[in-house]
Amino acid sequence: MSHNPEPQPYPALRAQAIESLLVEKGLISSDAIDALVDLFERDIGPLRGARVVARAWTDPAFKARLLADANAACDELAIEGLRNRLVVLENTPSVHNMVVCTLCSCYPWAVLGLPPSWYKSAPYRSRAVIEPRAVLREFGVELDPAVEVRVWDSSSETRYMVLPERPSGTEGLSEDELASLVSRDAMIGVARVTAPASSQAA
Amino acid sequence: MQRSAPDERIAQMDGPAALPRKNGELVFDAPWEGRIFGLAVALSDRRVYDWGDFRTRLVDEIAVDAESAYYESWLAAFEKLLLARGLLDRAELDARTDEYASGMRTDEDDDHDHEHG
Repeated sequence: MSHNPEPQPYPALRAQAIESLLVEKGLISSDAIDALVDLFERDIGPLRGARVVARAWTDPAFKARLLADANAACDELAIEGLRNRLVVLENTPSVHNMVVCTLCSCYPWAVLGLPPSWYKSAPYRSRAVIEPRAVLREFGVELDPAVEVRVWDSSSETRYMVLPERPSGTEGLSEDELASLVSRDAMIGVARVTAPASSQAA
Repeated sequence: MQRSAPDERIAQMDGPAALPRKNGELVFDAPWEGRIFGLAVALSDRRVYDWGDFRTRLVDEIAVDAESAYYESWLAAFEKLLLARGLLDRAELDARTDEYASGMRTDEDDDHDHEHG
């Protein structure tokens, strides 16, 4: 199976070189850039992936189509920019999926925006495969030993996105409200979605 | 400096410098576009330069080459600003670009060079 990083166009290389030099000179940290881009993206609109998840939670027929052919299902929501095959993995009470790219940083950015720095870090890329439960614990996800963990290695051909479990106590929420609960990390498979405090109390 | 909301001066730029959007959301056609966007905003946040200086250069770049994609103009404006301020040196930037192009350097090397967190 081929798993080579895609050849990068000049502007991508130039941007990478600039970031690397500025970080080296101590003018900025990669985490600070992550946080800033995240802020702009999140404030201006929910992640596209969150819309997909919320639709799947509220429309079983859409969910079936999404799991069968995620690219076609994203088309229905007018999500563009998917240049690779997208596979959506459903978390259930007995199966937990998480996504990694062990060799580089392949990521379904058309639905999830930009990858966080930790996704590209060497420790995450190796440890997600070797000891996924330990990594999940560090992200605050404790899994029952009976739950099967499936780790999916992205490639330049195929990208993965996790369909997290819909939290209980969210039955009365609208699709938009549901989308606002879904975090990027939940769609990488390193976080759960939790119901807002008010509906948990109910 | 920690932001709690996107800077209005940046989010609401109008005219040719307006950020590309679709249905109100920022649109990045590739990950590098988001990185270079974040870099330019972050350095302005840290008062490395004034946002107005960057914006003027961005508008100039767009005017010079209207055919260029928006973030290619952004990249050119940002690079020229960094070089003009002496924050980067063209030779080191060219050398670093070559290292990435040839595969001599990858993001992983950067992770080794810099502790996160």
